[in-house]
Amino acid sequence: MKINNVILQFTAKIVFFMIFFYAVHIFFAGHYTPGGGFVGGLVTASAIVLLIIAFDLKTVQSILPINYIYLIASGLLLALGTAGIAMFTGKPFFTHFFDYFNLPILGKTSLHTAALFDLGVYLVVVGVTMTIIQTIGEDE
Amino acid sequence: MNNFLLLPILIPFFFGMILMFGQKKISYQRITTLLGLFLSILCAAALVMNVHENGPQTVTLGSWPAPFGITMVSDMVSAILVLTTLVLTFFIVWYGFESIGKEREQFFYYPGVLFIITGVNGAFTTGDIFNLFVFFEVLLMASYLLIVLGGEKVQLREPIKYILINVLSSAFFVITVAFLYSVVGTLSMADISLKIAEVNQPGILTVIAVLFLLVFGMKAAIFPLYFWLPSAYSAPPIPVLALFGALLTKVGVYAITRTYTLFFTHDISFTHNLLLVLSILTIIAGSIGALAYFDVKQIIIYNIVIAVGVILFGVAQMNEVALKGAMLYLVHDMIIKAALFMLIGIIIYVTGTTNLRKMGGLMKTYPALGWFYLIAALGLAGVPPLSGFIGKLLIVQGGFEAGNIWSSIFILASSIVVLLSVIRIFIYAFWGQQGVLNEAVQKAKYNRLFVPTMILVVVSIFYGVGTEWFMPFMDDAAKILNDPSIYTDEVMKGGE
Repeated sequence: MKINNVILQFTAKIVFFMIFFYAVHIFFAGHYTPGGGFVGGLVTASAIVLLIIAFDLKTVQSILPINYIYLIASGLLLALGTAGIAMFTGKPFFTHFFDYFNLPILGKTSLHTAALFDLGVYLVVVGVTMTIIQTIGEDE
Repeated sequence: MNNFLLLPILIPFFFGMILMFGQKKISYQRITTLLGLFLSILCAAALVMNVHENGPQTVTLGSWPAPFGITMVSDMVSAILVLTTLVLTFFIVWYGFESIGKEREQFFYYPGVLFIITGVNGAFTTGDIFNLFVFFEVLLMASYLLIVLGGEKVQLREPIKYILINVLSSAFFVITVAFLYSVVGTLSMADISLKIAEVNQPGILTVIAVLFLLVFGMKAAIFPLYFWLPSAYSAPPIPVLALFGALLTKVGVYAITRTYTLFFTHDISFTHNLLLVLSILTIIAGSIGALAYFDVKQIIIYNIVIAVGVILFGVAQMNEVALKGAMLYLVHDMIIKAALFMLIGIIIYVTGTTNLRKMGGLMKTYPALGWFYLIAALGLAGVPPLSGFIGKLLIVQGGFEAGNIWSSIFILASSIVVLLSVIRIFIYAFWGQQGVLNEAVQKAKYNRLFVPTMILVVVSIFYGVGTEWFMPFMDDAAKILNDPSIYTDEVMKGGE
């Protein structure tokens, strides 16, 4: 019997974007309010899991053709790179830098290299969660 | 400002990351791993020389002042252990090319090895008790991967205990750190040492000392907590077993040494006597196991337990001679255990069995293997020109100086048991009638297994004969273990 999931699939398409943008919001808010790379990554992964539930693993893999193991490795490299920048400027490992910039639309904004480190955490968390779920899901 | 001491941790970490790309290309994986390990060995060797000339090196991450940031401290103790770890891993990885198998090589075996080294080196180098916990988890996670990788039946049955025990002991570790934090209010090891000296170690800190012994003793396999080790270590393939046997328990031994020489030095009559009694019992338990089995793997595995007892006996004496002996013996034991596991790996390969009773007469077909095994066995027992001698001599001398006459004599007697257990392998496997032989032995594969093993045995001979050259380094190490103020001064100064 074929089940018609039209309502679930239609809702998932819209809710996916709501969850994803909420994850991006949490990610950027991390420095001043609760949030950050770890929660942001988990929420993003949950958005993708919603798509997997509404459609199936094959469809989602064709929509998002990402090798999650490479995603983990790139996240780690980004985190190590951010921490390692300081080594080349003669400061101790893991020293962060920040400054204020006048960006075109956002105006005066403080940019901090800790955000890049957080991006690394974000990529690793998304990658690990999705690797676990995909591996278990594909297993017969 | 000295980031150099981080390189032996960061280089394996970096190479582990880039190995996650291209998992199916075996030659890329092999060459990159060896390159990474080679670079780290160079850095670690330079670090040892630097620490020898300029004293302990520290760096507090993120430019924060010392007790507030995570300090990484490379004193002589950790620098020597980091160098030993990297050299051993180099040989074990080389040995593994022939025996680990294509499926494992294509499924993140090399990243696993490099991440385990990251964790081990980090645990040796860190100066922060919670960071020590994190590095323990890094090495344990990687060891979980390596122990089940391949998915044979025994590899899935035994490691479940290993993982359960380690999850349990990690939980205890967190609880113990929480207790310690609520008493002293700091996590930096140097600062903890100063704070404990200020309050002169009241009863609650002695309780925490015993809890630390429980936690690290579970990782290091001391007497009542060693029960998981023999079965868990019998599961993985030989190169992984060599890596575990040489490194993992020694991290626990290092952690006990560090906490009992840096933190808990004010109530020695209780804590160090407890450590002494437990180390003697560990030796007895290990000796019983080593004599009871006719399985080559189990005999060497129980010898790990014996060596842990001997090293901790040296630590329990708390005088400079015994600590120097413990350091010498620790490095010797790491080298010789790796060499022995690699040797019995070859024996298992040429005979196709681990049962001693089925072996025999290998001396006619594999004389070189026999002689190198004999040298390694005598080195393990501590026959004078070889590597185990000076370490055990100094440990016993320190024991006499501390007034523990009978237990020191007991340490000497335990050498006989060690010798008996490994010579039994020699007699059964190499003498007598021809036993079973693996028909499918390829001469080329045997040679490629034998070369790294042979070099490692030569390294151990060199370590024994040339002890005089290593003595200045071991003196530095013993000095810093015996006098925590050198350590704390260096760290607190480094924060400015």
